[in-house]
Amino acid sequence: MLDVTTNPESKAQRAQQDEPILTIEGLSVALPRGADRPFAVENLDLEIHRKETVCIVGESGSGKSVTAHTVMGLIGATQLKPVAGRIMFDGADLLQMPPDRLRALRCVGLSMIFQEPMTALNPIMTCGAQIDEVLRWHTDLNATARHVAIVRMLEEVNLPDPERIMAAIPQQLSGGQRQRVLIAMALILHPALLIADEPTTALDVTTQAQILRLLKNIQQNRGMGMLFITHDFGVVADIADHVIVMQHGRVVEAGRAEDVLLRPQHAYTQALIRAVPNPKPKSRVERQDAPVVLATSDLGKTYATRPLFGAPRKITAMHGVSLEVRRGETLGIIGESGSGKTTFARSVSRLIEPSSGAIMFEGTNIGSLNGEALRPYRRQIQIVFQDPYRSLNPRRKIGDSIVEGPVNYGIGRVEAIDRARQLMTFVSLNPEALDRYPHQFSGGQRQRICIARALAMEPTLLIADEAVSALDVSVQAQVLELLNRVRREFDLAMLFITHDLRVAAQVCDRVAVMSKGEVVECDSAQAIFQRPQHAYTRSLLDAIPARHWTFGEM
Amino acid sequence: MAAFVIRRILATIPVLGMVAVIVFLILRLTPGDPATLLAGDNATLAQIEEIRRHLGLDRSIVVQFVSWIGHLLRGDFGESFFFKMPVAALIADRIQPTLSLALMTLIFTIVIAVPMGVIAANRRGTWVDHAVMTFSVGGFSIPVFVLGYLLIYVFAIRLNWFPVQGFKSFDAGIRPFLSHLLLPSLTLSVVYIALVARIARASVIEVLNEDYIRTAYSKGLTNRVVLTQHALRNAAIPIVTVIGMGVALLIGGAVVIESVYNIPGLGRLTVDAVLSRDYPTIQAMVLLFSFIYVMINMLVDLSYAVLDPRIRY
Repeated sequence: MLDVTTNPESKAQRAQQDEPILTIEGLSVALPRGADRPFAVENLDLEIHRKETVCIVGESGSGKSVTAHTVMGLIGATQLKPVAGRIMFDGADLLQMPPDRLRALRCVGLSMIFQEPMTALNPIMTCGAQIDEVLRWHTDLNATARHVAIVRMLEEVNLPDPERIMAAIPQQLSGGQRQRVLIAMALILHPALLIADEPTTALDVTTQAQILRLLKNIQQNRGMGMLFITHDFGVVADIADHVIVMQHGRVVEAGRAEDVLLRPQHAYTQALIRAVPNPKPKSRVERQDAPVVLATSDLGKTYATRPLFGAPRKITAMHGVSLEVRRGETLGIIGESGSGKTTFARSVSRLIEPSSGAIMFEGTNIGSLNGEALRPYRRQIQIVFQDPYRSLNPRRKIGDSIVEGPVNYGIGRVEAIDRARQLMTFVSLNPEALDRYPHQFSGGQRQRICIARALAMEPTLLIADEAVSALDVSVQAQVLELLNRVRREFDLAMLFITHDLRVAAQVCDRVAVMSKGEVVECDSAQAIFQRPQHAYTRSLLDAIPARHWTFGEM
Repeated sequence: MAAFVIRRILATIPVLGMVAVIVFLILRLTPGDPATLLAGDNATLAQIEEIRRHLGLDRSIVVQFVSWIGHLLRGDFGESFFFKMPVAALIADRIQPTLSLALMTLIFTIVIAVPMGVIAANRRGTWVDHAVMTFSVGGFSIPVFVLGYLLIYVFAIRLNWFPVQGFKSFDAGIRPFLSHLLLPSLTLSVVYIALVARIARASVIEVLNEDYIRTAYSKGLTNRVVLTQHALRNAAIPIVTVIGMGVALLIGGAVVIESVYNIPGLGRLTVDAVLSRDYPTIQAMVLLFSFIYVMINMLVDLSYAVLDPRIRY
């Protein structure tokens, strides 16, 4: 230690290390005229040093992504304009830089990875060619040298069999693999700064944990700085050194990660942290005596493809699922993508036909019913879907969307509208808003409308298919509370499909964990979260970001 | 892929069979008698009857059909009533002008319309975009024959850059061949340029909103590379589809153009054959066009798989 300080070279190195890689001073980005506020980002300051991760946390519309895109110079095509401040990188102001110098810097000095690995890669180019493009564009390496570099980089992001990955088009890879390809593409030229815009939000929880670990390792090995955009305080707790909380384009709080997480000063930060669902389920009274609404036995779904030549191939999406839900009870179905949880929901609601097994709904096997015989049960089973932005017809007033179902089942229009008004009040929306269109509502409000639409049919079974996954954390807490109230007051059975274990802990009485099309474990929520029996359940629980933090109890 | 091609080629058989029956029946059910037309105004009834017997039109429809199909299966399209020569030879004589015209029009369309659409998409909302869209509306609206005479007047009569009418075969040398072909192809291509430019613009605009375009920019690629290598290839399928449909429709356009520019091609032949009720020629032409149509559709489908590796047959 003493040696190091007397060595002048190391001193210089340390001074260099103290010099921030990126400094943003007083950055303001203007929104186009007529927007609900003048600035997307207002007077933002931040500094990122080597090996440091700065997290910008906020809900949708907070300006966190705009900040990331502005640093990368990617807002040129939009109507947003930086109007004040400086973004200093490597001694130059990125905002003043001519376009060709900025282009030369991308992937070389600073790189970016994005939220949606499923759509961020060109679908018709091989992954190898897409990474190669970076090398061809920014270096003079020959084909062999580039190939070697790509293989080495793919190994660095822990992708097995790099040659196969290089030859694959994105569709042939999983979401986690695609994000690794994007990370490889971004980091192959060793940039000093990586901007990560919600890079794990679209991924399964175990994949998310792996990607976060990978980013952290590479960052430490290379001494890279990282600007990490997220809405998830769990991820913040796992990865951040420094946290900036944004709301409506302004920084409301900034500081060291432990300070902000443990001693949040601003009311908004406190509210956000409080809204993070606690992965500890509350103890609930079991409803052993209530009548069984839905019982499936040995439910299975196989998809078969018949090519012109060769043997037909079978893909088993779901196999041997036997579950039951009672009135007044919420059964959570937890699983990662491809686990069969959505296949189960669709089979039970008879959007698809199961290939085997029985679906007993109040004593009738609806698994084999079709057409007219199925019609009365359609009313009794209702679904709230994941994406409230796409599950309401944009050309239709929401009142029309809500009354359409009951009217189809022979209820008079006046009566149906009357009922719709009551339901609007129940979901805490103004009944006068029934003649508005979906675009006039926020995501959370739309999901309330979808819940009202489902309840208008007076269902016995309500299926919530990832119904809160697309929502901001504070809105999510409110919708979860609403769903709890629905179950209490309407005394219906609920199937709650989710990939988010923290959310499941908040609403479920019992939980079934699905993996590869089968139920691996089914028990009370408390037992699942506190004494998981199956190895897969344990790996899921271990992957919850920052599960040692008990956000919800603050 | 091979299985797909074989299946598609086999599928042409029932299509052509149905076309054969329909065209045969329609011709015989429409008014107008080839024998009367051939005999001329001063012919006696006996003469007409003699011609009819000579052409084989005195037999029952069923016998005529069976005989025609029988010859067809042996590769014999029959003899033209009007031109007094084998239909196959007639078509072979006339196919070069039409093929040249179609090919040239196709080249003009692709070379002009695709860049126009891409540039308009890239400069969306600017005067460049508005100019392209205005041209597009104009191109749709102006009738082919009006545009043809307009171009003849300006470029052939006033400026004297090109010959007014006619066709020179490829054997006569490349210069006269091209100079005769340029105005007709340009005239014919305007409507296709308008159509394809519009589709290309819309298709590229849609792709430019995709996430992977943002990724491409974040790699430091220039606008030109992003547009041509990422956006255009992903936008190609609708563009190719429309071009394919355009090629199939070219035949109809060729009829008018060949009249305006006095080109002895298949379009003119079709008009002459219809006017003189030349049954064997009309039948052969319709079958030929149906076959071309089916083949073009297959090529378009095959091009999908080349353009997009996610599509496999």
